[in-house]
Amino acid sequence: MIEIQNVRKSFGSLEVLKGIDLTVQKGEVVTVIGGSGSGKSTLLTCINGLEPIDSGRILVDGTEVHAKATNLNKLRQKIGIVFQQWNAFPHLTVLENVMLAPRKVLGMAKSEAEAMAVKQLTHVGLADKLKTYPSRMSGGQQQRMAIARALAMSPDYMLFDEVTSALDPQLVGEVLDTLRMLASEGMTMICVTHEMKFAREVSDRVAFFHKGVMAEIAAPAELFGAPKDPELQKFLAATH
Amino acid sequence: MFDTAMTANDLLFLLKGAGMTLAVTGVSVAAGTLMGVIFGVIRVQIGPWWAAPLTFLLDIFRSVPLLIQLVLGNAFQSIAKLGWAPFTTSCVILSLYTAAYCTEIVRGAIDSVPPTTRRAARSLGMTWAQDMRFIVAPLATRIALPSWIGLTLGVMKDSSLVLWLGLIELLRASQVLVTRLQEPLFILSICGLIYFLLSFPIARLGGYLEKRWSPND
Ligand SMILES: Nc1ncnc2c1ncn2[C@@H]1O[C@H](COP(=O)(O)OP(=O)(O)OP(=O)(O)O)[C@@H](O)[C@H]1O
Ligand SMILES: [Mg+2]
Repeated sequence: MIEIQNVRKSFGSLEVLKGIDLTVQKGEVVTVIGGSGSGKSTLLTCINGLEPIDSGRILVDGTEVHAKATNLNKLRQKIGIVFQQWNAFPHLTVLENVMLAPRKVLGMAKSEAEAMAVKQLTHVGLADKLKTYPSRMSGGQQQRMAIARALAMSPDYMLFDEVTSALDPQLVGEVLDTLRMLASEGMTMICVTHEMKFAREVSDRVAFFHKGVMAEIAAPAELFGAPKDPELQKFLAATH
Repeated sequence: MFDTAMTANDLLFLLKGAGMTLAVTGVSVAAGTLMGVIFGVIRVQIGPWWAAPLTFLLDIFRSVPLLIQLVLGNAFQSIAKLGWAPFTTSCVILSLYTAAYCTEIVRGAIDSVPPTTRRAARSLGMTWAQDMRFIVAPLATRIALPSWIGLTLGVMKDSSLVLWLGLIELLRASQVLVTRLQEPLFILSICGLIYFLLSFPIARLGGYLEKRWSPND
């Protein structure tokens, strides 16, 4: 369970998160929508401790992320995150990209890490690319590799930050299909996305962010069917 | 074709000089690179502000002509009664000179690794050290290599200045022969050829490594 309690965060004088409360249950898929600069990415990077917060707290399975005593490297092993930019390690093959963290962080034996990597790469449809270098693959393939790389750590939670928005339109589908598959397998996920159709289909709940505030959160049918927040109404009108 | 008074012994004398050039260069580049990597990492970690004293110190080594550094360094060691042999003094000064340049190369190379790539590594639970070792080091090495090869070749040529401290390296050995045999063109050609033979493998190694790494980027 991820519990976000009254989290505030500023960059200099700009308050980016203005008291966010959100609890994500095991197995739940929550998508986050909202305009540019509303604080969606910042929230995700706070959840895995990449960014500090100013007040409030975030608990992952009861462990407070920003407590001094928390071992972030340990905690991050169970929170996978995939960014808009796919961030392949360019000097490693696809297989090596996925094997690296299981070997070095989890201390898996080479054969074990390789089996895990092959399994996850097969899962995202890249079984034929094991020996390829990332630069030789399309954006969609690199993004699926990044997903496999996160999954190879056997995380309990997956955070996705607009994983399709840097992709050519014809490549978006393959990555969304991968996310759908994960959702149907019961992975606990928080997805920041601009793909409304996807959000509607896959989410248990959809959260709308506006200027650092979570202005509305509801089941997709309700949020898209009968939006209450005026800003959300505007936002949905603009994206249709 | 060449009517020369140069004997096999003279050639051996030149080769010994070349050995000295190699020794001074090898020690200085090794020590200077090690220090450069350490200083470069420190420089990136603590940021430009806190690193200002270090940067200032290294700027001195980069801007004062090497010859002056050697002469002053030698004077300093004798005043301080360190009792260093000319070889030691030469290596110390050349190492610091190399380190000053290498620090900048390392800093630039580390900075060239995209922060987003490093963030991805940390997100997978890698520690700072693991990120440095498995992601930053290989990527930065590729970036730094051409400049580092250039630095090494430069230090090899600059090392001829240690003749001012009385070391008989390749250039000094040639001078001795020129004075004795009065065949400057012939002897300096051989001297140049030896410098080339020393540098060529290093330059080729650089080219080879660049080629080997490039299809992966
Ligand atoms: N490291 C940073 N330093 C300073 N300001 C930042 C930093 N990261 C984000 N911001 C600012 O914080 C605000 C929220 O950024 P954030 O990336 O969380 O928005 P977002 O909702 O993800 O937007 P987008 O849809 O464009 O990705 C923006 O105004 C942004 O400029
Ligand atoms: Mg964002």
